[in-house]
Amino acid sequence: MASVISVEKLSKKYLLRHQGTKEPYLALRDILAEKIKNTGSRLLGSGPPAAATRLEEFWALNDVSFEVEQGDRIGIIGSNGAGKSTLLKILSRITEPSKGTVRIRGRVASLLEVGTGFHPELTGRENIFLNGAVLGMGHAEIRARFDQIVDFAEIEKFLDTPVKRYSSGMYMRLAFAVAAHLEPEILVVDEVLAVGDAQFQAKCLGKMEEVSNRQGRTVLFVSHNLAAVRSLCTKGLLLENGTLNYFGSAAEAVERYLAPRQQGEGRPALRRVPRSGTSKVAIVDAALLNLTRKSREEAEVLDDLLLTICYEVHQPVKYLAFEWAIRDSRGAAVAFSSSAPMDRYLFTPALGANRVECRLKRIPLSIGRYSIDLSVTIPNIECLDAVEGALVFSVTQCDPYQTGSQYRLERGPVFVETEWIADNKIAAGELSGAGS
Amino acid sequence: MAQLNEIIIKPGMGAAHYWRELWRYRELFLFLAWRDILVRYKQTVIGIAWSVIRPLLTMVVFTVVFGKLAKLPANGVPYPVLVYAALLPWQFFANALSESSNSLIDNSNLLAKVYFPRVILPASAVTVCLVDFLISCILLAGLMLWYRVVPGWEIVLIPVFLGLALLASLGAGLWLAALNVKYRDFRYVVPFVVQVGLYVSPVGFSTAIVPERWRLLYFLNPMVGVIDGFRWALLGDAYQVHWSGMCAGAVMAVILMVFGLWYFRRTERGFADVV
Repeated sequence: MASVISVEKLSKKYLLRHQGTKEPYLALRDILAEKIKNTGSRLLGSGPPAAATRLEEFWALNDVSFEVEQGDRIGIIGSNGAGKSTLLKILSRITEPSKGTVRIRGRVASLLEVGTGFHPELTGRENIFLNGAVLGMGHAEIRARFDQIVDFAEIEKFLDTPVKRYSSGMYMRLAFAVAAHLEPEILVVDEVLAVGDAQFQAKCLGKMEEVSNRQGRTVLFVSHNLAAVRSLCTKGLLLENGTLNYFGSAAEAVERYLAPRQQGEGRPALRRVPRSGTSKVAIVDAALLNLTRKSREEAEVLDDLLLTICYEVHQPVKYLAFEWAIRDSRGAAVAFSSSAPMDRYLFTPALGANRVECRLKRIPLSIGRYSIDLSVTIPNIECLDAVEGALVFSVTQCDPYQTGSQYRLERGPVFVETEWIADNKIAAGELSGAGS
Repeated sequence: MAQLNEIIIKPGMGAAHYWRELWRYRELFLFLAWRDILVRYKQTVIGIAWSVIRPLLTMVVFTVVFGKLAKLPANGVPYPVLVYAALLPWQFFANALSESSNSLIDNSNLLAKVYFPRVILPASAVTVCLVDFLISCILLAGLMLWYRVVPGWEIVLIPVFLGLALLASLGAGLWLAALNVKYRDFRYVVPFVVQVGLYVSPVGFSTAIVPERWRLLYFLNPMVGVIDGFRWALLGDAYQVHWSGMCAGAVMAVILMVFGLWYFRRTERGFADVV
């Protein structure tokens, strides 16, 4: 079958500005000041021009090539800063590549954000038309699907209420409903489903599957929800630091995405930049020690582990909370913990290097490889730093009762300590009467 | 499927089929203009009335200051009509210039998340101002009735002068909008230009008071020609027109438009990266 999208040696370069202001745009004063500074240093004949140190090239995408066939559902995965969003922006023509070519056959609709162009003052009805137009639908097209959209969003009663009065759930439903009723040949979706409740997410995923299965449309879809990628996508595309690491089956792409974190050689995840968070505080190192067996990154079920996080405080901060989340090799979250409910004064650290430890008691995990995401936040205010897959460990034994058969991940990631009691001399009728 | 229009994306290709794309997105253009009008109407208590009240109050002030206090000549035309005939195009120009030059930043969210020909944003901003202009025309009709000023055949040429004002404002607006994305300084430049322009352009007085030898130079401000044209079209022969100056103004407006569009198209590919 002919390819609908062919991407050849695609690269995108950004210029990063250091020091100076954080805004991506320039102020005229910066340019003028720089000019004067340069002229000054040239006249005095001392020092290199100031501008040289200020700009740094950053390749958000580097030499990426792949082909997409009609009807493919492609899951694009990769850690933060791997180039996923840049790729989508180029495919949807929002930004231009620096090198390379993309050929697209068919109409592309991109959904990089839910509710782009929504205006809070306008009513639901008005926003449906506006948002539809923003997403590339014509007036007639929107009118034809209007009832379906309203139906899908379940907002009939509030159709003539300004959306600023909507609950965030209603807002989300309406926004996605408009997008879901686009009928382009190619649908490009960024991680927009991270919001919304589970039921709504399932509905959206179902809609995407239906669009692609029944109507033969091509879907490209960025997600951190690896379980959704595995179940929904026919193919997976793994990006790493702007380069294409793997393009093939979705399951394989997810495996590979998790694999480097699971080899434990160094901790590349901790050195990865850029990453999310405001970086007032940076996690610089982490280690996992098995207290029961004095080993590292290997455990048996019900061992005690010690997680140590080293972090640097760049700006004064108060009331930090540390969080970890354990994921299994399929990418599904297994366990989570936050220091937030503890004494809030515990983590008001001094500037410079600091350390925090967390004891994980009697880990109830079955055999498999697990990765740990770490983050440091000021609860409900800001995320300071987050590292996906900062640590990796494996559980090698899971048979605490010496039965001879091991509990593996396939049976479920959690091992529950149990006690089975057999009472064979049960009298007839005793079970039903047990409650009384 | 194969014969479906194929899109090729590569560096420097942003401008391929530019005008065809623009035509394809005409509905978005109308929707954006419709949105801005609707929002203005909803957010303010008296909504559209603002487009009448603002020029009305300015007209009163100018009539008192220039007509009554400074006693500038009016060629027998009622001073309020003289002022209002100039205020109409001037206000259109001033609003269109400031709205269009801010249009990209105000919609930076759209810019970063959706593709469409970027010209749509400043163009729809100017369209909204055009609607305002039409509404404030009602007041002019009232004034002319009140002072019993009957326009001659020249009134049919009003759209031509309006077109010149549109070219000048959209041209300068496109240029400033593109600059604004990169250098936010221009956010402060535009209100200043508009404020100074009100006094430099012959809004409160007639061009006749400008010395003859400076007249041609004066007309390099394209709004001078537009304002004179409006006065001539509405007041007829009572108002002398400096035709060679008018041509100079028209040429300036066209140059502004061509240059603005050229600069906008040259820079628009990078908007999403810097906004």
